[in-house]
Amino acid sequence: MRRSHFLTVAVSWLTLAFLYLPLVGVAVFSVNDARRGLVWKGFTLKWYLKLFRNEWILEAAWNTLLLAVISTFVATVLGTILAIAMDRFPWRRPTRNFLDTILYIPVVIPDIILAASLVVVFGLLRLFSSFFEPGLPNMIVGHVTFQIAFVALVVRSRLGAIGREMEEAARDLFASNWYMFRKVMLPLLMPGIMAGAMLALTLSLDDFVISFFMAGPDSQTLPLFIFAAVRRGVTPQIHALSTLIMLITVVLVILAERFTRR
Amino acid sequence: MKRADTTIAWYGALTTRHRLMKLGGGLLIPGMLWLMFFLVIPGLVLVAVSFLTRGAYGELEWTFTLENYRRLAGFSLFGWTADYLIILWRSLVVAFVTTLVSVVVSYPLCFFIAARPERSRYLWLTLVIIPFWTNMVIRTYAWFLILSPEMPFARLAALLGFIPAGAPLYPNAFAVYLGMVSMFLPFVTLPLYASVERLDWSLVEAAQDLYASRTRVFTQAILPQTLPGLSVGIILTFIPAMGMFVVPDLLGGAKYMLVGNLIQQQFGPSRDWPFGAAISMALMVLTMVGLQIYRRKGKEIEVL
Repeated sequence: MRRSHFLTVAVSWLTLAFLYLPLVGVAVFSVNDARRGLVWKGFTLKWYLKLFRNEWILEAAWNTLLLAVISTFVATVLGTILAIAMDRFPWRRPTRNFLDTILYIPVVIPDIILAASLVVVFGLLRLFSSFFEPGLPNMIVGHVTFQIAFVALVVRSRLGAIGREMEEAARDLFASNWYMFRKVMLPLLMPGIMAGAMLALTLSLDDFVISFFMAGPDSQTLPLFIFAAVRRGVTPQIHALSTLIMLITVVLVILAERFTRR
Repeated sequence: MKRADTTIAWYGALTTRHRLMKLGGGLLIPGMLWLMFFLVIPGLVLVAVSFLTRGAYGELEWTFTLENYRRLAGFSLFGWTADYLIILWRSLVVAFVTTLVSVVVSYPLCFFIAARPERSRYLWLTLVIIPFWTNMVIRTYAWFLILSPEMPFARLAALLGFIPAGAPLYPNAFAVYLGMVSMFLPFVTLPLYASVERLDWSLVEAAQDLYASRTRVFTQAILPQTLPGLSVGIILTFIPAMGMFVVPDLLGGAKYMLVGNLIQQQFGPSRDWPFGAAISMALMVLTMVGLQIYRRKGKEIEVL
């Protein structure tokens, strides 16, 4: 085993401390029995209990979950089909380049530009349909738009990795397109699709900017709720909410690792 | 002229070119239609809107103008100011410094993790992955707590006379940099680690055997091998850092605005879409220029 230089070790520990100090700070003060200020007044779980009686927070949590699940589902289906269409057919080079460019746009532009362009277009479409009023449907559309690209990129790399021999063999044995897709391609592709969906889900849960631009009065999500609350000052309840979300993130990360490491 | 539709064998499928392309096109349609409707067309509309005029109540007036870009360059009724240009320049500097610091710190961290025994390595890596996936708003909020007046850091700063006693360590430039680096550091570390883990150490040892200086070992044996991961990390950091809005909004306030805040203002409280669209275009161009410079410089580094 290679030994690390003293400086490497020191910098690494400092960096990890730098990353975790704020997070641990929030967790510690979430169980502090003091309404105001940051003086330690003893251990309590009352802020957590209060969370579950706060209707605003419960509604925001429900919206966050709804938004993440629906948009991830739509984006996973669309992205998977798109990846197959792009990878398994003999497109000419210009067509292929064009498709590639479109797919990479959401990856290489700052998300605030995507949000801004959707605000403008939805603002114009609102003149024709009330579907485009700010709210959950618009947020779902925004999330799906950037998720599709990430799902398609992940699934496409899996398509490249599994090769085409199995599909060819299935076809040689007179499998129809649909049968081949269901019984050969889909099972082989499943880990890639799950990884793509997992990425899409975390991107949705992580997003603030798109939601912030698209949200209406009844479609608060947890990040939006926290953002608004921070401007009114830090409270122990928000510490507790943040800690809870961090814990859920940790569980999700570990689950995702287990899932993709098989 | 229609091509003769001959039968072809396409990976075991006996089909015609026409039928194959029809199936492919059919599969392409749902996803591409979505991206066209909600990504490409809105993007083009945004470009168009940046040349329109804002009406008295924030509505769009369909008269062509370059006024939004003139305003961004600082020309107004009251003469010339550099306010907007300063914000653009500052965003570029903040994104650059954030990326640079993240890279400088990520190298030792990656080598440290790669040197752990195989069993615990995964655990160390998870320590970097967790902040990577923790919501940005929560991580920014966490800095609020650490920099608040009751915490030792603000007290120390007050003692040294940087801030008045009892004041928090935000909003200011320092807080923005703290927030930005902690936000994006994992974005560099994770892809870079993928490259460091696969590093061919025999090349490094060969360089050392040949009495290469530490700098040359790094630039000629380590850097070229880790360049793929480094590039992904730089792109993952620089682009979102340019458009960052949460961190400067909470930790920078009005004192240290970045272009993300400026855009949000136009689409939020000011309701000036054409000007907001023009700023978005400027952000887009700056991002592309930044990446282009990196590509140039990146090539130079390779030949070094």
